[in-house]
Amino acid sequence: MALIDDLGKALDSSPGGSVILTSVDAIMDWSRGKSLWTMPMGTACCAMELIAASFSKFDFDRHGTIPRADPRHTDVMVVAGTITYKMAPAVQRLYDQMPDPKWVIAMGNCAVSGGIFYYDTYSVVRGVDEFLPVDVYIAGCPPRPEALQDAIFQLRKKVDSESVAPGRVRDVEYVLPLPGDPRAGDRIQALRDGGGRK
Amino acid sequence: MNINELREHLCSEYPDLCPLFSVEFGDGSLTVAAERLYSAASDMRDLGFDRLGMVTAVDRGETFELVYRVTSREMRAGIFLKAEVPREDPHIKSLCDLWPAANWHEREVYDMFGIVFDGHPDLRRILLTDDWVGYPLRKDYEDERMIRRPDYI
Repeated sequence: MALIDDLGKALDSSPGGSVILTSVDAIMDWSRGKSLWTMPMGTACCAMELIAASFSKFDFDRHGTIPRADPRHTDVMVVAGTITYKMAPAVQRLYDQMPDPKWVIAMGNCAVSGGIFYYDTYSVVRGVDEFLPVDVYIAGCPPRPEALQDAIFQLRKKVDSESVAPGRVRDVEYVLPLPGDPRAGDRIQALRDGGGRK
Repeated sequence: MNINELREHLCSEYPDLCPLFSVEFGDGSLTVAAERLYSAASDMRDLGFDRLGMVTAVDRGETFELVYRVTSREMRAGIFLKAEVPREDPHIKSLCDLWPAANWHEREVYDMFGIVFDGHPDLRRILLTDDWVGYPLRKDYEDERMIRRPDYI
């Protein structure tokens, strides 16, 4: 990572370097965003939905989000479940073992805010963002796998806007239709009319 | 074996334990003094109660009530063994050498209520962190990290 950072810094400061930088960014972000290997930090019932997301009905491998049990192989930690004060140091340690660049998805109400354990509880951390930098929050108790799918897409958007040069943000127009994107309707309608595939 | 047969069986084997036997909600329970719990439990085990399924405690204010659930596969019956210990400096003899299953259950009761089990091989906290202050399942437990639920929820 150090070499890439130095390269980005050097390109960003040199005249005309940003032309090369955009191409480097495009390749880096494309490769990063299409293979977000997940660290399934499942501690409670949300983990069941996380497991269901990997299996054949939802099949998240097609998005490149392959679950790996080793934090050293992964890019994104999906915190799915209640984190207690005793568990928090272990989660922190697993997060520290992940190589940069790394992202965190807080899946479910417990990981977002403590959920039903917010009041009258002595042992539950009120949201995993008390000790981890969370990129995407998914509400739900537990959320459906489709919600996790949407979170992966939102995270991919965020990855696409990152640059190898520090402090630089890419202005990316997302080309794939996302859920909630007005363009998605047209494209789906075009597919229904038979005009989408030739 | 139904509850009446169990009572008769118990009374014929251990007449001195018979008056302590009571039936609550259709289930037998044997309330003994804290000093006598170990010998009563030992008798129960010799009678054929070979499995300790649960150890827990109840905060009764001035005292803690310890509850042991012992069952017998042979007799197809189960009873509750109960004993009360004082809130100030609660001590009771460990049942680990009768049923090894008591080890972690007693650690949990120690963790949540602060009841000390004498003779336990490894009495330390099991669920909470080792540096935890206080015993959370006591009714008077206070924690600065705890947020009280407001009335309107």
